Amino acid sequence: MGDPFDLSAPSFSALLRRQVPDAFAGTFSGGGPAAPDHVEGTTIVALAYGDGVVIAGDRRATSGNVISKRDMRKVFEADRWSAVGISGAAGPAMEMAKIFATELEHYEKVEGAPLSLEGKANKLAQMVRVNLPLAMQGLVVVPLFAGYDPRDRVARIYEFDAAGGRYEERRFASTGSGGRDARGSLKARYRPDLDRAAAADTVIEALWDAADEDSATGGPDLVRGIYPLVAVIDADGYTELDDQAVAERVQAVIDGRRGR
Amino acid sequence: MPMMPYVSPEQAMKDKADYARKGISRGKSVVAVAYDGGVLFVGENPSTTLRKISEIYDRIAFAAVGKYNEFEQLRVAGIRLADAKGYQYAREDVTGRALANAYAAALGGAFTESFKPFEVELLVAEIAGDGVELYHILYDGSIGDEEGFVAIGGSAEAINERLKEAFRPGMSRDQALQSARQALVGAEDRQIGAERLEVAGLDRHRGRRKFFRMTPAAVASALAPADDEASARADR
Repeated sequence: MGDPFDLSAPSFSALLRRQVPDAFAGTFSGGGPAAPDHVEGTTIVALAYGDGVVIAGDRRATSGNVISKRDMRKVFEADRWSAVGISGAAGPAMEMAKIFATELEHYEKVEGAPLSLEGKANKLAQMVRVNLPLAMQGLVVVPLFAGYDPRDRVARIYEFDAAGGRYEERRFASTGSGGRDARGSLKARYRPDLDRAAAADTVIEALWDAADEDSATGGPDLVRGIYPLVAVIDADGYTELDDQAVAERVQAVIDGRRGR
Repeated sequence: MPMMPYVSPEQAMKDKADYARKGISRGKSVVAVAYDGGVLFVGENPSTTLRKISEIYDRIAFAAVGKYNEFEQLRVAGIRLADAKGYQYAREDVTGRALANAYAAALGGAFTESFKPFEVELLVAEIAGDGVELYHILYDGSIGDEEGFVAIGGSAEAINERLKEAFRPGMSRDQALQSARQALVGAEDRQIGAERLEVAGLDRHRGRRKFFRMTPAAVASALAPADDEASARADR
């Protein structure tokens, strides 16, 4: 049953490449000269605070100047201790998030223990690198990875670039078309002693600032009741704030900014 | 050219079966017992790192007895099959029955075609709706589905007899653990401490991944009432 010292033995993406190449040929190898019109996801922000990390994303997806989806999910639970937020070409990005989550679970089951946080980030960097041929055609995928290491009890954030570069951030990070505006907002509001609630408020503010400046980033949709997706990872693992809680914080942000 | 002495197919199969059974009976047994929340696997295993019971997929678990390196290969192959299938189709399309059939085909193929058969016996359990499906796969690829409880390994017959008396549908998890241990102890005719038991299972009330492992401390506290009763009886 195969080489016992096969390095790719616990890897799910290697298994797929070997056994069902058709299943993801589109995701991992380039084809024609330029990508057709496609849906793009936009702004993701993450911020580390004393006991954990928050990661949040807006809900808008665009195709050119058209809003193609108002309630898209761009933050995914990767495993109990980490989350991945995606920006860029929505199709390949969501596929990458799905394969990545399966990859982590596969490794954990085969090896009997989860990957280290750094191991997870490295694996994600490899997946972004493999996507490079598609990125060259315009289907760029840039994830943001946030996790909590239950062994060291520290939270970490990793940023990536389209070429598969991996950069650890100690305080906060952002990605996507509204990432620059979000980063400015985070930089102005970040304090080293933020608690969980204040950290959640800060990322909601940052997404608001991004939506204020970037047409591809969606602000809170009060009419339809669609709010940013905010997830927290701490010693208790991954949890998402429920819509009601986010709605209250969003209302507080709106009240604070009225007339400004 | 050297001539091989003639061996009838019946004799050849019988020799292989004897060989496999002998290998399996050298190891310790594992039992699976359905309880009100799912299914519990209990096995005597002095090692805390080399496991016999494992998670395969959301609702599917695996237990094995026999030669460790052989069932470890099969375990990993099962995880690969389940993950690749769930990725290509949908998570609910991954079933215990399909996995059990794959194991049966692998073991049956090796039994007839290769010189040495697998010295393993496998259990595949799945939480399906309100019930539990239990598949029992033998070294020669024969497969059966069981109702409520099953033991695999060298002393399976003796354990099954005891489980038949102790088993009640809708038992609690702790009751299932106590009766499983009692059956193992009765069949082996010696005491088995909580620290020597590997206990894991599937709990339908958990989230997407139903698999759980009980820590040695949790096993000891679940068995404590039964142990107290036994020592009280011994004192009398």
